[in-house]
Amino acid sequence: MSESRLPGWKDLTLGLAILEPMSARNNLTGSWRSERPVWDHTKCIKCGVCQMYCPEACISQDADGYFQADMDYCKGCGICSRECWTQCITMQQEEV
Amino acid sequence: MAKAAPQSLRKGIEVSISMAEAAMQANVDVVAAYPITPQTHIVEHLSELVADGRLDAEFVPVESEHSAMSACCGSSASGARTYTATSSQGLALMHEILYIASALRLPIVMAVANRALSGPISIWNDHGDIMAERDTGWIQVFVENGQEAYDMTFHAFRVAEDHGVLLPYMINFDGFILSHVIEPIVYWSQELVDQYIGLYEPMLRLDTKNPITMGPVGIPDIYLETRKAHDFVLRESKATIVKAWDEMEKLVGRRYRPIETYKTDGARILLLTMGGVSETAMTAVDALREAGLPVGLVRIRLWRPFPFEELYEAVKDCEVLGVVDRCLSTGGPGGPVASEIKGALYHKDKRPKVVEFIAGIGGRDVRVEDFQDMAKKTLSVADGAPLPPFELVGVRE
Ligand code: SF4
Ligand code: SF4
Repeated sequence: MSESRLPGWKDLTLGLAILEPMSARNNLTGSWRSERPVWDHTKCIKCGVCQMYCPEACISQDADGYFQADMDYCKGCGICSRECWTQCITMQQEEV
Repeated sequence: MAKAAPQSLRKGIEVSISMAEAAMQANVDVVAAYPITPQTHIVEHLSELVADGRLDAEFVPVESEHSAMSACCGSSASGARTYTATSSQGLALMHEILYIASALRLPIVMAVANRALSGPISIWNDHGDIMAERDTGWIQVFVENGQEAYDMTFHAFRVAEDHGVLLPYMINFDGFILSHVIEPIVYWSQELVDQYIGLYEPMLRLDTKNPITMGPVGIPDIYLETRKAHDFVLRESKATIVKAWDEMEKLVGRRYRPIETYKTDGARILLLTMGGVSETAMTAVDALREAGLPVGLVRIRLWRPFPFEELYEAVKDCEVLGVVDRCLSTGGPGGPVASEIKGALYHKDKRPKVVEFIAGIGGRDVRVEDFQDMAKKTLSVADGAPLPPFELVGVRE
């Protein structure tokens, strides 16, 4: 079971310190997602606002200047869609 | 008998000043503090020592105690030996950060000049401030006199920075009653201090070249385990605390124990005190013993981790224990110390009855006669009088 993989109290680091830099990357927050952002490039003005607001910092710019989310980490919060000036990002239900 | 310390020096000095000088001898790196009566003389003197170049440290004059403890956490996390002092409202303002300092296992040393909490506003001594911080996960010691306050500063760094402990340490000393009195205090030579506490070697520290994260979120999957680990290390620290007192005895000849007893042989009743009033209580016990009454005294020095075994050993043979609290648990069972004592004894087959006194609240004087009176009331319970409800000593009707 998943519980057996969690550390016991004797196994914790001092003060619960995290010793490995950037280990938050191991936590794939994409598993939380119930909706995914979908970009409509015809409306995008490449302003970068979606990238700035994404709380997971998982939005990057491609070679053509458009933006995309890394689905390993996109948690589907919809902030990019809410903040986009031209409303070119729609949130689509994830299929199970 | 342990031999006297070489090059020790006896000075007539205000207790607060001696504590500041102990922090200087401990070669602290950072002092972040905000002045508050009756603690002010400690940090005021430390700021002078830094300004005069006698202490090579960073003195951070923050804008509040909340910031003081926050700055202490930051400096300790970066590996600096860190000291501060506070009282009453200032301690209360530090409240939330106190838990963080201990959870992050930061060996900060803090002197607390115990003072009543508002309101009404009172700058005078009782233990209301510290009892509200009982469960913050710090090591907590109560001292009885100036020499002990000075000595305990070295003990604090020695224990707090031990890699088997790494917990913050509070030295509780009574505001005004101890903080502002001038006592003859035997100073340690710098050699002895260096030998006793050495240099602080952090186990983990914030360092841009080797980045780590301190203080991450404790999600429900892990929070409970962190609390268990914290409780365990605080309980286990007792062995290191006692060992460091043993070594201090070898170095300077003064002996400190988690629980102290005074004239308990053959005593039918014992009073129990904590902090500066203990010396007044001893004088009362002397007089009562001379009058042929079978009374003695138990004093708690180590409050956290609570010394359950030592306490039981000290009180198990008396018939009635008169606990003298310095704080009122408003609307609760009476005094917080008495509550803990009763909790500690409840499961024992053989245990004394407990009579509760709450004395010296908000600076109200507790005289030798008051202790004699408390002892006599406790003795009357041993002689068959009904157990009285807790008494607020000296309250006017
Ligand atoms: S939905 Fe939220 S997490 Fe996903 S890309 Fe947009 S802002 Fe980032
Ligand atoms: S906020 Fe909207 S318009 Fe701006 S770059 Fe992102 S998707 Fe394009």
